[in-house]
Amino acid sequence: MTWSEMRPLLEQACWDTLYMVGWSTAISIALGLPLGILLVLTDRGGLLSSPLLNKVIGQIVNITRSMPFIILMVALLPFTLAIAGTTIGRDGAIVPLAVGAIPFFARLVETSVREVDGGLVEAVQSMGGSVWTVVRKVLVPESLPSLIAGATTTVVALIGYSAMAGSVGAGGLGDIAIRYGYMRFENELMWITVAILAAVISLIQFAGDYAARSLHRRGRGGPAPRLRLLKAVPKDPVPEPVPTKTL
Amino acid sequence: MITTTGLTKVYRSRGREITALDGVDLHVREGEVYGVIGQSGAGKSSLIRCVNLLERPTSGTVTVDGQDLTALAGPGPRAGRQLREARSRIGMVFQHFNLLSSRTVQDNVELPLEILGHSGRERSRKALELLDLVGLADKAKSYPSQLSGGQKQRVGIARALAGDPKVLLSDEATSALDPETTRSILQLLRDLNRRLGLTVLLITHEMDVVKTVCDSAALMENGRIVESGTVSELLATPGSELAAALFPVSGAASGEDRTVVDVTFHGDAATQPVISQLSRTYNIDISILGAAMDTVGGLQVGRMRIELPGRFEENVVPIGFLRERGLQVEVADTAPAPAATTVPGPAATAAVSAPVAKEGAK
Repeated sequence: MTWSEMRPLLEQACWDTLYMVGWSTAISIALGLPLGILLVLTDRGGLLSSPLLNKVIGQIVNITRSMPFIILMVALLPFTLAIAGTTIGRDGAIVPLAVGAIPFFARLVETSVREVDGGLVEAVQSMGGSVWTVVRKVLVPESLPSLIAGATTTVVALIGYSAMAGSVGAGGLGDIAIRYGYMRFENELMWITVAILAAVISLIQFAGDYAARSLHRRGRGGPAPRLRLLKAVPKDPVPEPVPTKTL
Repeated sequence: MITTTGLTKVYRSRGREITALDGVDLHVREGEVYGVIGQSGAGKSSLIRCVNLLERPTSGTVTVDGQDLTALAGPGPRAGRQLREARSRIGMVFQHFNLLSSRTVQDNVELPLEILGHSGRERSRKALELLDLVGLADKAKSYPSQLSGGQKQRVGIARALAGDPKVLLSDEATSALDPETTRSILQLLRDLNRRLGLTVLLITHEMDVVKTVCDSAALMENGRIVESGTVSELLATPGSELAAALFPVSGAASGEDRTVVDVTFHGDAATQPVISQLSRTYNIDISILGAAMDTVGGLQVGRMRIELPGRFEENVVPIGFLRERGLQVEVADTAPAPAATTVPGPAATAAVSAPVAKEGAK
């Protein structure tokens, strides 16, 4: 295959992957975040302590997570058809991708939110804050760096899943690698997809790490760099001036 | 201002029951600084958390500023609107400051105002005003991690005052601070108490805190208040553990035939030079073995351990003289002395009858 033959294929595949991963990420963050927070709140001794509800949610999350993605995809076919109107193509892939990633992200959210100091929750309660205030003003902002790191991990996992979705006709880079690279022995094309995937994942990981780190640093004594994803990182991080202890 | 009656808190975990509070009656008057002291595990933390119902008491009632908070609580574990409104009028400062690390100092102080629904401009005006009050006007844009412990606690205090509370609860606010910083924070609390008429309930395990700022104090042991009252009431109580701890005196008799006596000064009697009067009147030499005195409101209060020559039997008259002057006198239980307990004398009944106020009735 010549480059001029490969190029449109790859371009289309890149867009398909981006489309699937983009939508499924948005959905899994939108649903996984509240689910993860709910897991913390409903836990024994939590603000909305409800051991039964907690167990039910926890079990659903565990079952979904224990299922290999490719099986989950097949098992969800009727559900996918009902929601997206199709079971193939990009739109058909978004549903199982999101369903697979929601519990994954929810668990990461749960771990992050649990790390938040209980004293902060108590402080906001003592000011007359409601549970919703606690979530909005404490749990989410205080765990934001960790939540962003979790979201990054989720995106990377979704790119991996999306390649699997490609094998059942969803399109995207995984589809190209299997149909051309594996079935037609187009090694060159396969390696190009591998390189693209590696580049995309590195970029996402880098951006996520940078965002998480600068947010974290903001609360840890550094100057306060606002979140700018594509701003160059200073080569040598200048050591933060130690605040002089005066009273 | 704060009244608890029969407050009980029982924690249940895995079938075991732990009684943290066992019928606590507390009465904090408006405008005073009230210290609850006790060792860890005595129930102090549970008590202060029950006052704004961060902990639900198992039984008993809590009234703050005439409002029965326990009645507002409702059945479920969630705080209803009325309880939340009541809480917003009670400030609270914490041992570990509990500032949000993702917000600047100013934004931390604005947080309670956000909860109260104030507008942005009003919030920042109020926050800057409060930061000025606690002496941190120049740190508004800093993050908590850039501050020292004492500064963090000042931010905590400014935040607690944002809702214009009448009551401030202080949960071991100085326990994580060094002695000098502790003094400056206590000074600030005292200052706020005087300037704003703020009622302060603080819990601590440091006797110094009580001595420095408190008008009244209570001693907690095993979930109960074993002693309580104003500092001078406590001093007037023979055998008060709290008074002994606030004004510790020590020193043993220098010989066999000596009488060691603890004299407690409180009230008007403390203004007279009684020791030199005693010495002149009976022509005896008095040695001072130890003393812990302080001036509270222009009056000397405290305790002094003195040694009189001769056995107890020979000193009945001088001791009677001290009692007539309105001082409280106890024969100290030092090793060789045979008489260990308080000896009845002319003024002894008066001293005993000075009540340790068992409060909570109002």
